Amino acid sequence: MSAPTKIRATVRDGITEVRMLMQHEMENGRRKDESGNLVPAWFITEIKAQHDGKIVLEGQFGTSVSKNPYLIFRFRGGSPGGKIAISWLDNRGEARSDEVEIS
Amino acid sequence: MEVGIDLERRKALKAGGGVGLLAFLAAAGLLNPGMAGAAAQKAAFEAKTMNDALDALGVAIPEDSAAILLTAPEVAANGAVVPVTVESSLALTEQIFILADKNPTMLVASFTFPPGTDGYISTKIKMAQTSSVIALVKANGKFYRASRVVEVTAGGC
Repeated sequence: MSAPTKIRATVRDGITEVRMLMQHEMENGRRKDESGNLVPAWFITEIKAQHDGKIVLEGQFGTSVSKNPYLIFRFRGGSPGGKIAISWLDNRGEARSDEVEIS
Repeated sequence: MEVGIDLERRKALKAGGGVGLLAFLAAAGLLNPGMAGAAAQKAAFEAKTMNDALDALGVAIPEDSAAILLTAPEVAANGAVVPVTVESSLALTEQIFILADKNPTMLVASFTFPPGTDGYISTKIKMAQTSSVIALVKANGKFYRASRVVEVTAGGC
C-alpha cells in the first residue's frame, strides 16, 4: 500500500499555491540491492492535480525525479474550502489520489 | 558550454539535411498538439541523447529565452536531491520540460499547464554527474530554453 501524498494548498491574492510530497521510492532500475541484484524500475509516471474536479496541472515523470517527489505549482483562482486532489499512477499500475481543502 | 555546442551542431545538421523533416515536425507540433501525448512522450522519456529527446518531443531548435528563470544550485552535494525551479514569463506557457544533460535518460519530467495555471514548477531531481540542467518551455506553440550547469559532487542516479 502506498502512503498518502502530503498536500498543502494556500490562497493569497487570488493565487493558490499547492505544495505536495508524494511518497514513492522512484527506483530507476539501475540501482543494485545489498546482494548485488538490480532493483527493478518502479516510479511514478503520471501525476494530475485537480481543483474542484477541474485539472490545474498534469505531469509526466521519468526515472530521474527524486525519491518522494516534491512539487510546487500555482494557479489563479481557488478559495478557502475549495478542494485540491492530487493523483498519481506508477509504472506498476498502482494509483493513488489524495485530497485537501485550500486554506 | 556543452549544450550550446550540441545545439550549434544540431542547427547545422538540421540546416544541412533536415529541412523537410524540420518543417514536418513543426507542422506536426502545431497542427496536432495531442501528438505530444502518450507515444511521443514515452519515446522522449527513454531518449538517451539530447537530440533524440528533442526529436521525440517534436522540437526543432529551441530559442534561448531570458523570459525563463531557471533556478538550481551551482553545486549540489547530493545528486539524489537537486532542487530545480522553472518560472516562465512567456505568454501562453503551455508546457515545461526539465532535462538533465548527462543523466542516463535525459528527460526528467514534463508539466502541462491549462489556462489559469502559472508557468511555474518547482521540484527535486536526481543527477548522475555534473551537467547542464535544461528547462524547455513550450509557449504559444513555440519552444524556448534556458540552461544552467550544476556541479554534482556525489552522483545520485
